[in-house]
Amino acid sequence: MRQVAVVGIGKTAFGAFPDRDLRSLAVEAGQKALENAGAKHSQVEAFFLGNFAGPSFVGQNHLAPYVAAGMGITGIPATRFEAACASSGAAFFHAVSAVAAGLYDVILVTGVEKMTSQPTPKVTEILAGAGDLCGEVRAGATFPALFAMIARRHMYQYGTTREQLAAVAVKNHANGAKNPLAHMRKVITMEQALNGKPISEPLTVYDCSLISDGAAAVLIAPFERASEFTDKPVRVLGISQASDNVALDEKEDITTLRAVKISAEKAYKMAGVKPSDIQFAEVHDCFTIAEIVAIEDLGFVKKGEGGPYSLAGKTCIQGELPVNTSGGLKAKGHPVGATGVGQICDVVQQIRGEADERQVKRNSLGLAQNLGGSGATSVITILGAA
Amino acid sequence: MTNPGSGTVYTETVVFSPPEAYVNDVPYQLAIVQLESGRRLTGRIDGERAHIGDKVKFVEFRKDVAFFRKSI
Repeated sequence: MRQVAVVGIGKTAFGAFPDRDLRSLAVEAGQKALENAGAKHSQVEAFFLGNFAGPSFVGQNHLAPYVAAGMGITGIPATRFEAACASSGAAFFHAVSAVAAGLYDVILVTGVEKMTSQPTPKVTEILAGAGDLCGEVRAGATFPALFAMIARRHMYQYGTTREQLAAVAVKNHANGAKNPLAHMRKVITMEQALNGKPISEPLTVYDCSLISDGAAAVLIAPFERASEFTDKPVRVLGISQASDNVALDEKEDITTLRAVKISAEKAYKMAGVKPSDIQFAEVHDCFTIAEIVAIEDLGFVKKGEGGPYSLAGKTCIQGELPVNTSGGLKAKGHPVGATGVGQICDVVQQIRGEADERQVKRNSLGLAQNLGGSGATSVITILGAA
Repeated sequence: MTNPGSGTVYTETVVFSPPEAYVNDVPYQLAIVQLESGRRLTGRIDGERAHIGDKVKFVEFRKDVAFFRKSI
């Protein structure tokens, strides 16, 4: 199997952009990734697109060739991957697999979502399509409701508190305020976070990620060819994808996400590292509780200790394990199909030392965790300096 | 549909921000009920607010959704 490197990254700003369509966002991110790598369009051998619900949000199908052609790229395989909020994580996993196997050398992987053209109840309904429509969703479950039920159970089993959840929101807003591409560049206080408008008890609006438009892209190549594109290649040291039941009520213990544990174990094994070796991480904080569960399932802390660890400030940029220095889905924004590749861009930026005032000191080994639904898809990527 | 019988609340939430189909229902309580039969079912709680560990009794199906009520 060949070693794979990320040789170019490109992102649009995340936010609400009424004047931008899905394709223009995806094209912008892709062009930026090619420019970043100094690559020509003709060097791209395959185009993998992560997108959750373009057909529902904007009505457009056949998205991968549509976006590729928008960049002036035709004549190569162009394929869309859908895995709910892990859509572009899944696209990235399969792109890395294909390059590692020797099928292609250079693949452009883009993630995109255009969400803000629909009113919130409609967005809520489209997102709920990542749940079990014949069961939990019919009963009235939304994604905030599913994660609220995870939060309630986590509070019941481990004593996790509202303050601990709010600490995640306060920290991610503080990081997002320093990220020029973040959707919400606003610092919030603990008091604000605790007194937000209720969305699904115990979660308030400050516990929920944002409804955003945006795109992100990476160019990957075999490590032995990386120097053709960049003097700062970042290695994909470990990567794994795993699945689980879609319905929350079919998962045995909802305070731990099995697919995350399985994919993390495999990725650590492939990279030859332990959880304690990881220096910083971008995790899938679609809701504050999801960040707490993630740092537990990734093995950074013991089960039940994610809340106290977060409240103690250990996951801040200056803490012992910086988590979501980008602002996370909470503040950076969550254009769902773009999130997985967006996280890869964020980790690469840190490893290259290009994160400006958000730069972490120990930056040679980072992890990205991209989650689909209430845990039915998980993609874990471990990236390292060359 | 068969009567799921009684059970215990495994987890619950009160929904304030609904999907389009349920905009007229909010706020409503949603729960995963651990049924005595051993399986779990997501349904609604009618009437008094139920918490984790509370016993609930099946009331009826409304549009294929199981409604439960807190046992007294």
